[in-house]
Amino acid sequence: MINLSINGKMATVDAPADMPLLWVLRDLLGLTGTKFGCGIAQCGACTVHLDGMPVRSCLLPVGTIGARAITTIESIGLTPNGAKLQKAWLELEVIQCGYCQSGQMMSATALLDEIPHPEDPDIDAAMAGNICRCGTYVRIREAIKRAASEA
Amino acid sequence: MPDRHTRSFESSAFCEQLPNLSRRGFLEMSSAAAFIVSFFAPHRAIGAAAPQGFAPNAFIRIDRQGGVTLIMPQVEMGQGTYTSISMILAEELDADWDRVRVEHAPADEKLYANPDLSIQATGNSNSIRAFWKPLRVAGAAARACLVAAAAHSWGIAIAECRTENGKVIHDRTHRTLEYGALVGGAAAVTPPTDPPLKDPSAFRLIGRSLKRLDTPDKVNGKAQYGIDALPPGVKFATLAASPVLGGTVAHVDDRRARAVTGVRQIVVLDDLVAVVGDHMWAAKCGLDALEVSWNEGQNAEVSSELIWSRLRSASLREGAVAKDVGDVRQVLGAGGGSSDELFSADYEMPLLAHACMEPLNCTVHITPSTAEVWIGTQVMERVHAAVAKAAGLPESQVTVHNHLLGGGFGRKLEPDMAYSAARIAKQVDGPVKVVWTREEDIRHDIYRPVYRDLLWARLQHGRIIGWKHRITGSAVMARFLPAFFQKGVDPDGVDSAQDIPYDIPNRRVEFNREEPPGINTGFWRGVGPNNNVFAIESFIEELARKAGQDSIAFRRAHLDKTPRLQAALDLVREKSGWGTPLPARCGRGVAAQISFASFIATVVECEVDEAGEVQLRRVTSAVDTGIAVNPDTVVAQLQGGLIFGLTAGLYGEITLKKGRVQESNFNDYRMLRIDQIPPIDVHLIKSGEAPGGIGETGATASIPALRNAIYAATGVALRRMPVNRKRLAVGARA
Repeated sequence: MINLSINGKMATVDAPADMPLLWVLRDLLGLTGTKFGCGIAQCGACTVHLDGMPVRSCLLPVGTIGARAITTIESIGLTPNGAKLQKAWLELEVIQCGYCQSGQMMSATALLDEIPHPEDPDIDAAMAGNICRCGTYVRIREAIKRAASEA
Repeated sequence: MPDRHTRSFESSAFCEQLPNLSRRGFLEMSSAAAFIVSFFAPHRAIGAAAPQGFAPNAFIRIDRQGGVTLIMPQVEMGQGTYTSISMILAEELDADWDRVRVEHAPADEKLYANPDLSIQATGNSNSIRAFWKPLRVAGAAARACLVAAAAHSWGIAIAECRTENGKVIHDRTHRTLEYGALVGGAAAVTPPTDPPLKDPSAFRLIGRSLKRLDTPDKVNGKAQYGIDALPPGVKFATLAASPVLGGTVAHVDDRRARAVTGVRQIVVLDDLVAVVGDHMWAAKCGLDALEVSWNEGQNAEVSSELIWSRLRSASLREGAVAKDVGDVRQVLGAGGGSSDELFSADYEMPLLAHACMEPLNCTVHITPSTAEVWIGTQVMERVHAAVAKAAGLPESQVTVHNHLLGGGFGRKLEPDMAYSAARIAKQVDGPVKVVWTREEDIRHDIYRPVYRDLLWARLQHGRIIGWKHRITGSAVMARFLPAFFQKGVDPDGVDSAQDIPYDIPNRRVEFNREEPPGINTGFWRGVGPNNNVFAIESFIEELARKAGQDSIAFRRAHLDKTPRLQAALDLVREKSGWGTPLPARCGRGVAAQISFASFIATVVECEVDEAGEVQLRRVTSAVDTGIAVNPDTVVAQLQGGLIFGLTAGLYGEITLKKGRVQESNFNDYRMLRIDQIPPIDVHLIKSGEAPGGIGETGATASIPALRNAIYAATGVALRRMPVNRKRLAVGARA
């Protein structure tokens, strides 16, 4: 049994220590907002926060997490930057199919947490690990800037 | 943890219970209807139960509280169609937009077939094109019933009533009745089959960039894709299909796999093996531990070289004639003037995978008498039939719950994943979610075909007087909808080629069917036009250069009969900075197209560095798509589609060796990323024409525009995609 802190709540899961967090979230806990895209940390669809840092949950063994706080898309709206980004994402109608957008928003939230007013190179560096097959990149960039400009 | 999946079960299950809805029939809905909570928009849900409702056709249901449920005949894969379709229905219905919610249509071809495709499919950029008129009629007919009910209850003439925002209004007496209060009376009125439609000048919704209905649940993890289905007791499976198409399982040693914690079952079928476990990780580890050998069969030696050599040989044949105007033989033949004005070129397009961000998946529960399916698909009815076949059950015993799609791009126009999942599920007790790994997804795609296009043209005084275009490649439509394949011409294969926009007096277009060995081919975003516009616009560019003319001016001169495309070219010239100076090794390329009934001109500006790497600097499109139902959605589709095409042009190619697809994941099947994306400006041209298609147009536009930009930057006339960087490096042999 492994104890995890997820979105501010404790959860106990019966999972092998080497099981990636992604499948713990999706298949054991029913938190399906975090997405499977590639399984090799190439696409960013599975991005969650570990103590506020963006990580690819598809390669993160659940046994290595310990007491660190896991935040997923389901609760990112409870954080100030997460809420600002959700609003900007909808105002600018960033989303198309939406499948990658959980990961995009988790990466973007971590970016704003670290750099409140990112320039283009900051956005490139923080977001280049997240693939969007629909090609919403232009609006992702705009929405990050919009969210950053919100008081 | 929240058990969100139950919401979609309720709404879908309800759909399946609809008793014989017919377009013209009526029914009073049972009380169940009002309890249904919208499947992905709970914030728009109505709370109270209504005893009865009004459902004049298969697309509209109004409950006694005035809640309007619209049933979506086309699926939402990111293109925004749920919102656009709802806008069309709500426009003619004069519904209160804030009370509109949407529901996936069940599998029912009679009610929900796309009128142009004749099957219940979403593709070919024709959701809005095909449903524009039928949905306006459906909305207007429902409105007419509500008006008639109000007029009857007031004892006045129908003509004295008007509607607005979910109400019938009688101005003279200042009376209003909400639609919800009229559902009983409206249900007693026979809906007109040919109701008057609004004049476009009276549109209140159409033409506005209304907010999408599907996106609020996509920012918080609530949106439900097929891969998110979690029916109670579900197990998880992943599979390995024969790495060579047509191969079969020879031998399986499952001792190590069975020892993996959480593995519950090994399923071995003729052509695939699957491991079922308590979660995907157990299934994946189990599959990794499974030792499988394959009988590779007749495709074991197929390679990219073989595919290309067969295609190139086939392209030398005469093709079936799709178009023959004037006298091409005479004009292009030896007697037709000076040979230095006769030109030819050949262009080639590679195999491509779809790589939807949501990997292939399908959840199936088969019992001795029923089957239940959870999936996101572009072909509801074909999935329905495929599962029935795999399960050995009549279709009436099979229920398909559609979901949002995490990308479609044509991949989910095929039901193969549902068929495989159902065959696995047939061996499993209880529901099983089958999820393809990314590697399996890419290696068992139904790929965009290879194409080879041969073109010939004659110039005379700077104008094209003769044109011949021979397309060689798969006939996808011949497999997908055989009735459309006539006399050897695949209508998709020649789309945007037989109806080339340029005014050329003598022209001939041929189609040469050649199916590649060892690989399945199918539709891919942009379909036939994606290949044809690339070949045509590349060749036109070379001809413009031969004629010594400006690329846009040369195109424009051949478009006097097509003012909508001329206007798009004029606008893109103005907006792209066309003709202004650029640094060394930078160039602009243009492409013009009429595809999916939209008129689009695109300019790509790029820089090619000394090593041959291409940096995108700017992309500009001018678009006349007729009436833009939701203009912001049109812009978004162009922005994304342009990137989809640029990704393919810069990177996309699937290759085979010994019958096996070599690419496997995003490390070797690359996607453009945000740090490579330039500013992309899309300019809409206002139009009162009927709506054109838009979902695929950008992917078609950007590949030739990129190719022509590279031509301008380097002088290298690339004739096959993807871009060959070695040929673009400084000092490379042309």
